Amino acid sequence: MTRIVALAAGLGEPSTTRMLADRIAAAAAAAVGQPASVEVVNLREFAHEITDAALAGFAAPRLHHVYDLVGEADALIVVVPTFKASYPGLFKSFIDAMEEDALIGKVVLLAATGGTARHSLVIDFALRPLFAHLQSVVVPTGVFASPHDWGSAGESALQSRIERAARELASLLAGDGSGRGPDDEIDLFSDTMLSISRPD
Amino acid sequence: MSTMQFGIFTVGDVTTDPTTGRTPTEHERIKATVEIARKAEEVGLDVFATGEHHNPPFIPSSPTTTLAYIGAQTERIILSTSTTLITTNDPVKIAEDYATLQHLVDGRMDLMLGRGNTAPVYPWFGKDITKAVELTIENYQLLRKLWSEPVVDWEGKFRTPLQGYTSTPAPLDGVAPFVWHGSIRTPEVAELAAYYGDGYFANNIFWPKEHYIRLINFYRQRYAHYGHGTPEQAIVGLGGQFFMRRNSQDAVNEFRPYFDNAPVYGHGPSLEDFTAQTPLTVGSPQQVLERTLEFADYFGDYQRQLFLVDHAGLPLKTVLEQLDLLGEILPTMRAEFDARRPAGVPDAPTHAARVAAKAAAENEEVPA
Repeated sequence: MTRIVALAAGLGEPSTTRMLADRIAAAAAAAVGQPASVEVVNLREFAHEITDAALAGFAAPRLHHVYDLVGEADALIVVVPTFKASYPGLFKSFIDAMEEDALIGKVVLLAATGGTARHSLVIDFALRPLFAHLQSVVVPTGVFASPHDWGSAGESALQSRIERAARELASLLAGDGSGRGPDDEIDLFSDTMLSISRPD
Repeated sequence: MSTMQFGIFTVGDVTTDPTTGRTPTEHERIKATVEIARKAEEVGLDVFATGEHHNPPFIPSSPTTTLAYIGAQTERIILSTSTTLITTNDPVKIAEDYATLQHLVDGRMDLMLGRGNTAPVYPWFGKDITKAVELTIENYQLLRKLWSEPVVDWEGKFRTPLQGYTSTPAPLDGVAPFVWHGSIRTPEVAELAAYYGDGYFANNIFWPKEHYIRLINFYRQRYAHYGHGTPEQAIVGLGGQFFMRRNSQDAVNEFRPYFDNAPVYGHGPSLEDFTAQTPLTVGSPQQVLERTLEFADYFGDYQRQLFLVDHAGLPLKTVLEQLDLLGEILPTMRAEFDARRPAGVPDAPTHAARVAAKAAAENEEVPA
């Protein structure tokens, strides 16, 4: 059984960050190709405990349970909204109150939501350095979703990026690296290619 | 017309001459373009093609206007484009404009469709750049319909539907202008050319040849896949660029300031590195001849060779001298290409040949 835990750090209800976390978690479970358990944690529900832990130096039982889940997970999916060019303070406080070595070697998939596509580098400029510090094994493909992505279709669409990241996560768990290399193959069966020989 | 066509293609840039600091006016540049085209015919070239741009420092925003004007002052040279923007132009207007040009110049034209390289042209013309490939496919499918069906009912994703629309004038002799598809990176464009049995053009200017070989080979294979002939029979066009003087060191010395300050690659790699790594040749006419003949070794025997000769601020006088030199090596270039060409490789497309092919096909259909 592969244990997948997703942390959704959105503060709104309902939250596109949570939606994205659900979709990525489902794609990851499908990609691992064996029985998988999926647990999605909404950090919003632990806001008070996270602040308490920051002040007291230890996590109350409900929050401690989340840290245990994360610690025991085979793979972690992190989805944050973009607040002022970075992740929310609540998410950072959650990480700050975690055991220092909790995420060493953990396979982590990074994702973010933002108000416009202009925030898309938040994954690479905010989240990735944090997980480099935590010494996690970060999936190469990050998944960013702006409002536009929820209405787009086709091969460049959000779902195809989710699935690519999920495949990389599964490959890393299987010990096969990201499972990808330079691709010189032309995909003859893409929707766009097929539309050429089916003009009407 | 020989089995292979040779010509020039212009970007139409208004660029300061780095050796004098002088910048031609738009008026001078437009008039120079016409003179360059006339000169191309005079030295024996087969094709003159102009780009299409909608932003400074370029002047060719209205290719059919310019080509018709050149057509009125020439007799033999084929007028073409490099490229016509299939993404942002209305395919209905392309059908009308180019069919009109075809009538005016008695079939002495074709066109090359492309997607352009200036991102803001998409929003300026009300289009979404992320849909560039889809626009290319849909617009081209409509363009073909307009040129082949007398009355068109059509509905697509990117344009208002058409009901009972007839594009006028209909193509000359019932034969639509030949279409090339230009692309430097998109396999879908090669696939589109292959599916319809159209020509495929690789600009062959900016990158090492290996990049273009991959796309051309893909196009050739797909051309055969769709039953138009063998891969060797696909219709391929190539770009290229040179600067020549009788003494090769003179060519290098004279061209270097233009190269060093050129748009796109200026202030980048050295002239020596760029000539070693891309098809640019700076040297004697003999060197240009030899380098050009090598193209067929890499890309297979092909139908059309266009050279870029008038960019980077080169003065008109120099450009005309380049054309004189090209004219001098042209007979040898033709003979050498013809000598190496295996039987079965088709001639470059012309209107007359396409009219004859259509007539032959119709005769075959008549029961004996």
